[in-house]
Amino acid sequence: MRLLLTTILSSLVATGAFAQNYCAAGKTLLDNKLTVATGNPAYFPWVMDDAPESKNGFEAAVVYAVANEMGFADSAVVWTRSSFDQAIQPGVKDFDFNVQQFSITPERDEIVDFSAPYYAAAMAVLTRKTVVDKGADTSIGALKGLIWGADANTTAVPMLADIVQPDKEPLLYGDNADVVEAMKANQIDAALFDLPTALYLSAVVLEDGVVLGQFPAERSENPDEFGLLFEEGNPLKECVDAALETLKQNGTLAALETEWLSATTGVPVIE
Amino acid sequence: MAFLETRRLTKSFGKNTVCNSIDLRVDKGELVCLIGASGSGKSTLLKCLNLLEPIDDGEIFLDGEDISIPGLDPQPVRKRIGIVFQSYNLFPHMTAAENVMLAPRRLHKRSRDDLLPQVTELFSRFGLKDQMQHYPEQLSGGQQQRVAIVRALAMRPEIMLFDEITSALDPELVGEVLDVLRQLRSKGMTMILATHEMGFARELADKVCFLDGGVILEEGPPETVFTQPTEVRTREFLARVL
Amino acid sequence: MPTRRQAYETRVKRRSAVIAGGSTLGVLAAIVLLVPLAPGWPGVKKSFFNAEVFAKTFPGLLDAFVWDVAIFLWSAPLIFLLGLLIALARDARSPALYPLRLFGMFYTDIFRGVPVILVIYLIGFGIPGLGLPRPWNSPFIWGTVALVLTYSAYVAEVFRTGIESVHQSQRAAAASLGLVNKDVMRYVILPQAIRKVVPANMNLFIALQKDVALLSFIGPVEIFRQAGVYKSLLANFTPYVGAALIFLAITIPATRYADYLLAKQLRERT
Repeated sequence: MRLLLTTILSSLVATGAFAQNYCAAGKTLLDNKLTVATGNPAYFPWVMDDAPESKNGFEAAVVYAVANEMGFADSAVVWTRSSFDQAIQPGVKDFDFNVQQFSITPERDEIVDFSAPYYAAAMAVLTRKTVVDKGADTSIGALKGLIWGADANTTAVPMLADIVQPDKEPLLYGDNADVVEAMKANQIDAALFDLPTALYLSAVVLEDGVVLGQFPAERSENPDEFGLLFEEGNPLKECVDAALETLKQNGTLAALETEWLSATTGVPVIE
Repeated sequence: MAFLETRRLTKSFGKNTVCNSIDLRVDKGELVCLIGASGSGKSTLLKCLNLLEPIDDGEIFLDGEDISIPGLDPQPVRKRIGIVFQSYNLFPHMTAAENVMLAPRRLHKRSRDDLLPQVTELFSRFGLKDQMQHYPEQLSGGQQQRVAIVRALAMRPEIMLFDEITSALDPELVGEVLDVLRQLRSKGMTMILATHEMGFARELADKVCFLDGGVILEEGPPETVFTQPTEVRTREFLARVL
Repeated sequence: MPTRRQAYETRVKRRSAVIAGGSTLGVLAAIVLLVPLAPGWPGVKKSFFNAEVFAKTFPGLLDAFVWDVAIFLWSAPLIFLLGLLIALARDARSPALYPLRLFGMFYTDIFRGVPVILVIYLIGFGIPGLGLPRPWNSPFIWGTVALVLTYSAYVAEVFRTGIESVHQSQRAAAASLGLVNKDVMRYVILPQAIRKVVPANMNLFIALQKDVALLSFIGPVEIFRQAGVYKSLLANFTPYVGAALIFLAITIPATRYADYLLAKQLRERT
């Protein structure tokens, strides 16, 4: 009897019958499914091993928490991939929302919609041991003299210009991997990433990588906050916002942050 | 030994033997005319003499020196033997004067200024003074061919080869080119002329050689060859062209 | 009083002018009137043809374009020279120079066979990664090297065609004057060959001006990258349209000029 009940229950979950009772009903791309896009590849620690369906990694975990909150079973979450450009191009999207550390900016908000922020990212300086040995420290004066690099698609670019104002024009790249490659080739001394990414790169990818320090979020004019990205005017946004609000209230979001991004504590702050 | 002499000169292109054991003798100051139908081997013979085509067998002697040794550097020999082609072959990107000065500048290491008086004199002698600064495309066929002759003469060759130099010209322009040859003849230049101008050959040649199928079928003073040819093939050829 | 023939030709000319003008207008009208009717047009207009974004980003794009022009200007002469050398290597006739000839062949095969962007990545990151000191590891230097290697392979092939198109009789005429091979090539063949392939080379150099943008992949913030930064910040593709317009302002006149030269050469040949 109990077995039967479980079976019925799980089949209900599997078909997403739950969702019918909730806000998201009829607002998704596919009936009873939540189609979520992420980067190709998706990077640690946001998504572990480029496998979001494993629920490992901060963003993957947040997506499943939000989905469950909206009444979608884990199995109703469908993953797809998209580039930054695909995320912002006009026209019909092939995802309900897109998650890949999109910083919320007013300009971007005119073209697409963002959910409430799910993470406030501090920007951090990634550099190499050799650079530190040569005397680079967290003073703005020392930072100015470095040759800087950044991922051109991130808000690190205006931040560099606003806060560091480097002496030499920074070099910009198409993705994280290229920034790291340039650092290995000694073409740049330092690069600006969001803190979790910087930590990951210094620990795993860049052999002698060091996170020199972080810029606290309030240092930039618009603190860098990550939001889920929707097609402009997508009615699903309010459902997602409500779910995120609940997760914030009940401490789930903070717990996930501790679980996946805990290493971010203890990084010196750049004044 | 004659000034220029070939012994059993043989040249083939694949299976086609174009010059078949040719013995040619040209004395200093002589004008020898090669006549014969197209493809009889006149052109190839001239190119072999200038070492533009390597010969397969036989020898070529220039002033007693064997110039046909395989592997011999052809450049010094070519300086001594001038050649003018049917299609002028002026360098189209240079003026007439530059065409003429190129080889002396490079081979005798002489400057343009140094060469100019001599070159101007050559142009004047052949009625081309006004055309010195013209490009080939601005010249008539006859003028181009005369510039080509001047270009070869500027290297002060010991012997000149002319390969049907009037064949590509309009009839009214042939005369001015032949006049140049007359002038050279009067100066005692040694010349070999492959030609279809039978009148000219008859008037000025010291010797006429009739080539047929890659051999010199008949040779002798022009009067003899033109009026009393001994070979049937010569008679047939002359009947066609005269 | 025009002849019957002239009257007829005037009539025909007028008629074709009317038809050509009419059909052009018709197509333009269809584009201008129909495209905005498409359901996605307001979105496309906002993302690609946003006047406000255009005005805001265009000056920055122009500034960045200076890099494209500079990289082009220092690459082009190097490409010309190396292309010429490779072409000459491939034309080397003496057996002692056979390795040179073989090298030329491999060189052109390899660099014409690999996408430019791969060469830029491999050389732009790979060689500086060997541990070159600054400033010799600059992406500007190695990006330029990648462009030069790739484009000189194409230019070499164009030069080789040019060299081969100079008639054999020109070589014979030059050799008959006693000129050595080197002089024959330098004074007689090359000047003619280079002139013959000017239009073909111009097309390659126009392509080069566009491909300079690929250097952005290894760091330099030239116009394409600058446009990408604006795109990312503003979530708007209009900066790309601006960049395209700037490229066109250079490449259209250059392309027209190359076509004109080519047409002129064809006329002269016939």
